[in-house]
Amino acid sequence: MRSDKQPVSAFCTPAAVPRRPGAGLKAEHVADILQSRPDIGFFEVHAENYMGAGGRPHQQLTAIRDVYPLSLHGVGLSIGGESPLDKDHLGRLAELNKRYEPGLFSEHLAWSTHETTYYNDLLPVPYDQATLTRVCDHIDEVQHVMGRQMLLENPSTYIAYAQSTISELDFLKEITRRTGCGLLLDVNNVYVSCTNQEQSPAAYLAEFPMQCVGELHLGGHAPDIDEAGRPLLIDAHDRAVDDAVWALYKNVIEMHGALPTLIEWDNDVPAWPILLREADAAQEILICAQDADLKAVS
Amino acid sequence: MAQVFSLPRLSAADFGDALINPDLGTPEGAVGPDGFPDVQRFNVYRNNVIVSLCEALGETYPSVKALLGEEYFAALARAFIAEHRPSNPVLIWYGEEFASFLAAFPPLKAYPYLEDVARLEWAWLQSYHAKDCEVFDPAALASIPPADLGGVRFRRHPATAIVASEWPIWDLVRVNRFKDGEQSQIDLSVAQPVLIVRPEFDVDVRILEPSHAAFGVAIFSGASLGEAAETALEVDSGFTLADCLSNFLSNGALAGLQIKEPA
Ligand SMILES: [Fe+2]
Repeated sequence: MRSDKQPVSAFCTPAAVPRRPGAGLKAEHVADILQSRPDIGFFEVHAENYMGAGGRPHQQLTAIRDVYPLSLHGVGLSIGGESPLDKDHLGRLAELNKRYEPGLFSEHLAWSTHETTYYNDLLPVPYDQATLTRVCDHIDEVQHVMGRQMLLENPSTYIAYAQSTISELDFLKEITRRTGCGLLLDVNNVYVSCTNQEQSPAAYLAEFPMQCVGELHLGGHAPDIDEAGRPLLIDAHDRAVDDAVWALYKNVIEMHGALPTLIEWDNDVPAWPILLREADAAQEILICAQDADLKAVS
Repeated sequence: MAQVFSLPRLSAADFGDALINPDLGTPEGAVGPDGFPDVQRFNVYRNNVIVSLCEALGETYPSVKALLGEEYFAALARAFIAEHRPSNPVLIWYGEEFASFLAAFPPLKAYPYLEDVARLEWAWLQSYHAKDCEVFDPAALASIPPADLGGVRFRRHPATAIVASEWPIWDLVRVNRFKDGEQSQIDLSVAQPVLIVRPEFDVDVRILEPSHAAFGVAIFSGASLGEAAETALEVDSGFTLADCLSNFLSNGALAGLQIKEPA
């Protein structure tokens, strides 16, 4: 069912997220941001941080949304879970979507809840037919309840399931084909997962269904080693973006053009100017790609 | 066609149990690039789950954490998590049982005030996230005939709470959470029941006279002004309704009133 009436936005800024860099919004940066009004494309928030009834978080988010486009990023829906989706939680996401009119909404190819336990991590899913069917059913439900398209983010993984029968890329492609959802391509996750699975990140990206991608993520990872001494990268979001990830990002942008690009920095959060500097670094790559595009056209 | 061998199938239930209980070992079906399980790899998930929940508890209970020290708090948080796994992805709602867990934790018997400090911090968080609401405008009281005042019942502002305590909980929180004052200056023989309010966006904590605390507890459980005043007088014969009411009103603790009891 569709209403003929256009929703009347309560915000000064249009909802659409531009093909520019954005930053993850942190409460401690809000005053600085509202005062300095940095030239940045958008802000992204973790939906679960705004599920309280009222108070300062909503006051801050309203003020930010009034001057910047917003991307709503869920981290707890457990789309890859074996249990049915939590209807209450989905309802809360739909409510935030209605209230803040985000230009983008995304969630993860991961699970976090099983039966009555919420594990508070993005846990990996086996890539097999049964999981594929379930994930697609869950995405159908999300898109139906929210009344919009969602973007599904590729995961960072530390293990693989021995029972997997489908490649991650084929799994993602089939999900977009069956559900019509878009993808959020986290370039750092690609680097982390491919390193951990001893695959080539460049080869993975060359095969990625870019026509489905509505947003990119960039974040920092922590290097470690596993029991066998092999490199083990941890998707820590606790530092600047790694040079190797910047190089992959540059490649993606040069090949496919500009996309909304989020800098994720969730732990050991730096002062706002340092986070903004990361976004500016992404902006430079986006501008170079656009200049090259213009030259190619003229 | 019979399969020659079957691959170990790893369910979410087994994956989850192995996350919480390391004694179960690394699940066979969760493998590294060589096809074999690797404990370091699985431990990344274990660590993420436990550390992030410990952090969530630490953010909700910073005074308890400061009082016990990082290391002790982390161990205690692990014990709590093992007993109380979160069931909801909204972590601002996780950890309500922490106060009673502290009270029942035998090694902490010598620190009986911890329970009330935790109750104050939980109430603070609820206030912070409570529904926005206008505070009651005392001018509305002027239209009530003085004879009817005793029957007036108030509605609590959604961000208001009273935490009763025999301990100096506000001093303990002020020093340990807000780094305001010295631990050595805290007199553990002082009782500090508190009123928590959030008239707009900032949470405020006010120490209450014991009779005012009794009054507040009474009106918030539905008593009329007259009934609540009687309760307060039992606590302190010097109680005056006018002072107490103006304390609650000026702090923005009330949301509205119901003028008369049903006849
Ligand atoms: Fe991401």
